[in-house]
Amino acid sequence: MPQDMPLIPIFPPVLARIFAPLPLLPLSLSLTAYSKRVANKHPGLFRRLGEHDHARYILDPTDLPFVICLEPKGGTPRVFAIRGSAEGDARIAGPLAALLGLVHGAFDGDALFFSRDLVIEGDTAAALALRNAVDDAELDISEEIAAMSGPFAQPLQRLFAFIQGRSGVFLSRPEEATLW
Amino acid sequence: MVMEIVCPAGTPAALRAAVRAGAHTIYCGFADETNARNFPGLNFDRTEMREGVAFAHGHGSKVLVAINTYPRAGSEHIWHSAVSDAASAGADAVILADPGLLDYAARHHPQLRRHLSVQAAAANADVINFYAQSFGVKRVVLPRVLSVAEIVAINAQTEVETEVFVFGGLCVMAEGRCSLSSYATGRSPNMNGVCSPASHVEYHESNGTLDARLGGYAIHRVGKDEPAPYPTLCKGCFSAGEKSGHLFEDPVSLNAEQLIPQLQKAGVTALKIEGRQRSRSYVAQVVRNFRAAVDALDAGLPMPQGMLARLSEGQAVTTGAYKKTWR
Repeated sequence: MPQDMPLIPIFPPVLARIFAPLPLLPLSLSLTAYSKRVANKHPGLFRRLGEHDHARYILDPTDLPFVICLEPKGGTPRVFAIRGSAEGDARIAGPLAALLGLVHGAFDGDALFFSRDLVIEGDTAAALALRNAVDDAELDISEEIAAMSGPFAQPLQRLFAFIQGRSGVFLSRPEEATLW
Repeated sequence: MVMEIVCPAGTPAALRAAVRAGAHTIYCGFADETNARNFPGLNFDRTEMREGVAFAHGHGSKVLVAINTYPRAGSEHIWHSAVSDAASAGADAVILADPGLLDYAARHHPQLRRHLSVQAAAANADVINFYAQSFGVKRVVLPRVLSVAEIVAINAQTEVETEVFVFGGLCVMAEGRCSLSSYATGRSPNMNGVCSPASHVEYHESNGTLDARLGGYAIHRVGKDEPAPYPTLCKGCFSAGEKSGHLFEDPVSLNAEQLIPQLQKAGVTALKIEGRQRSRSYVAQVVRNFRAAVDALDAGLPMPQGMLARLSEGQAVTTGAYKKTWR
């Protein structure tokens, strides 16, 4: 990936349309289970949220037909996906690939904001606290999901690596040499 | 001798990223009002500081602890304990601005090396020598208002090591004395550790136009394809009558990468990168670029061409006051 102009892949609109009518409850349950695992493994993430650890965050992947509500609840998080608009203390919006790149420390949040790839609305301090807390946690979504998947761990990791290689979307924490 | 790269770390993860990317030295602060980057979600608690120092030392890097705000009368103990805790964490130096705190550190922790923060705005040899004689300051971080020729003149008149900013956000001309943020929000980098605090920042986007406000004041309005600004008053775009413009400074970042050979000839000891509020991705990328630059200089090779503009505020860079072209 060139250092001066990273490309933020956009989720294919055809696939987004296919996902549009699917029920979101399984996704919400999976996201909450995943976030509870993160809370156990990275308690410092919630500590870093400080006074914002009971805020409601709206994470809006602008190329998908739903938004994700994140409620840290002081370390017992709840995460769910809903269609349409949602109310929250802070909204962080951008292509799914930008949000995943931020989580994995592949992209710099300020740089994405300066370039208008990322939009922040509402409580800027809450958004900043979440950005900084996630950046410090050094999360790896592929690794965490694989660890939750028992015998499917290795095939899943291979699948994630394949998708990452083909799409350019950071599904795992990159080697530092590839960061920009 | 290779020039020392001094890198920012707002979190333990950023500190580790800086060390792995080749930082000689990392500067960071405690998660309170004692340092000038007191932002939500940033900085180190006491345990993290001890672990961070141990990690850096284990990889041959140094850690400087910035305690560079000005203590409030009656609450000096917060700043005093920060100095003591930095010493017990094994910090290689503390970066201080307040004369009273410098005096405290010199009296109670004489073995702890003392650097003078840019927040002290020490911009001439006389004042630098005063801090050295009075408080045993070994290094000064020069304010971003000096040309290379002026840095040469200062180094000729002092034994104190000089450290200069080479990359990152630019600050208004009298650091440590600026009241613009206080005017708009009641909070300042000097006393509270926050310039233009995020708690007072609001963004509104409508039809591609982005409004950025600070403390209720409109600071910027940018169109669809323009870079987004952070609403600091000193970099605001203001309208009066028929004219609009950046009254104090343009929203650009400093990049003095290509001036490193001149800075070395000027007698500068260390090159400082701004950005404790930035991500570990930023830290790793900028450190790698500057480490490559000083290593190339040391080896007598041409300076590599950097590609860091996208990481910069305004997505544009300047050599700042080092090459003065005042309007």
